[in-house]
Amino acid sequence: MIELEHISKRYDGRPVVDDLSLTVPDGAFCILLGPSGCGKSTTLRMINRLVPFDSGAIRIAGEDIRDVPEEALRRRIGYAIQSIGLFPHWTVEDNIATVPRLLNWPGRRIRDRVTELLELLRLDPESYRRKYPHQLSGGEQQRIGVARALAADPELLLMDEPFGAVDPITRDALQNEIARIHAATKKTIVFVTHDIEEALRLATVIAILERGRLAQWGAPIDIVEHPASAFVRDFVGGEGSGLKLLGLRKIAERMRPGESAVGVPLSADASLREALAVMTERHTDRLPVADASGRAIGIIMLADLVR
Amino acid sequence: MRRADPIASPTLWVGVLFVALLFGMPQLAPLFQWSFPGVTPPVFERGSFFALWLSHAGLVLVAGGAATIIGIALAIFVTRPAGRDFRALISTLAAVGQTFPPAAVLALAVPALGFGPRPTIVALFLYGLLPIIENAVAGLEGVPAATRDAARGMGLSAWQLLRDVDLPLAAPVILAGVRVSVTIAIGTATIGSTVGALTLGTPIFDGLAGNKLPFVIQGAVLVALFAILTDMLFARLERWLQPPGTPA
Repeated sequence: MIELEHISKRYDGRPVVDDLSLTVPDGAFCILLGPSGCGKSTTLRMINRLVPFDSGAIRIAGEDIRDVPEEALRRRIGYAIQSIGLFPHWTVEDNIATVPRLLNWPGRRIRDRVTELLELLRLDPESYRRKYPHQLSGGEQQRIGVARALAADPELLLMDEPFGAVDPITRDALQNEIARIHAATKKTIVFVTHDIEEALRLATVIAILERGRLAQWGAPIDIVEHPASAFVRDFVGGEGSGLKLLGLRKIAERMRPGESAVGVPLSADASLREALAVMTERHTDRLPVADASGRAIGIIMLADLVR
Repeated sequence: MRRADPIASPTLWVGVLFVALLFGMPQLAPLFQWSFPGVTPPVFERGSFFALWLSHAGLVLVAGGAATIIGIALAIFVTRPAGRDFRALISTLAAVGQTFPPAAVLALAVPALGFGPRPTIVALFLYGLLPIIENAVAGLEGVPAATRDAARGMGLSAWQLLRDVDLPLAAPVILAGVRVSVTIAIGTATIGSTVGALTLGTPIFDGLAGNKLPFVIQGAVLVALFAILTDMLFARLERWLQPPGTPA
């Protein structure tokens, strides 16, 4: 659990973070969301003490972070950033091994961990471990950046717009990876982005920041359904928020079991947004729905989407 | 990287030519006698060229070594958070050191330090500091901010950041500064002979004073070859120090 209590930070007298309080539960995928300059990156960088705060307290698992030596604290926390910052003069293996080496892990354990992480990120360990960063594509570099952040099995992962600089297809793949890693490891992740779609897709809980203050805190669906202010409503998409809402709900929630319709069925796990898209494509107002094994279990109708 | 064939290496041939002339200059006496009849002796003989070179190289090594150590140390200091405020001051001081002609430094240093090698070392040191500081600062500041941010975020200490990230990545640029500084110092050291230091400039100034052109040529050719050879050796060192995984 990470607790931020009344955190404030000023640069040249101008508040960038203003009396911010948050509690991120263990295992959460917490996204700090907001426009540029809202203080989200500053807040993230306070958690590993890269940025000092003026007042308030931050506790990780009940321990005040100012009671832990900076370097020891950072070695316990994974850190991945948009510009990646791989060490260009080190191989992929050396890059991933950075924190385990700082922690004096034995060589054999480091080697095994690098292999394990490359496999986790779906990169072939034997062909990648000896490569240098400049030999990798942007997406591969970011995977190594994520592997490096995970290397010493940190209790907490901080990610500052990690997928902001890669192309949309690679970003999509990386989002799937991090969602899968979060589901598999149950690590607490604090993730900064200005991309509302990314936030809705990944977060278990979202903190929307507006000029250094907390504008709203809640599950993605709450934020889209009940925006707390005009700022939040505008930010989560104005007119587009209806579509975002459909994107957050699954067909299973609205389907009519037992009925049947013609055509290729959609999975009950697909979102209502996909259902709408497919209906539009097929010029129909009803679609068959199948379970994970492909067995037809019901239908979804256009009217069900807006219920 | 392609391994160069040592026989095809210009460095080797310049080195061979330099060593041959350093030891074999007296054997060229008939050539100089024939080219400049009337000049006796035809080859400088107030000391062996090897001894002159040894003294010359010693001056450059001491002054260049001191300039390198102090220059890099100052550059590291002004690129750390604690020394950032001194960055402009240090650059200005180094630039002022560079604007003093070495001859003027010699003239000023002789009354304080007396004749001999010491004023020359001071002049070479002051003159050589600027390129080293400027390059070292540029190299250290050229380390990508993202790499440093990631390094700090992962928990490298200030010392580890310097040793494992800043210095290896800045090494090629730092070395280029040392290369310029030392190459210039080899040429500049010759004027030390005017205040009593033994250098390859000694035959040059003797020749100028006594109107003996062969001495001037002998000294100048050896100094030039020494400077070129040193520059070539630095080029090799630069290639060798290039961090792996970075384009040359």
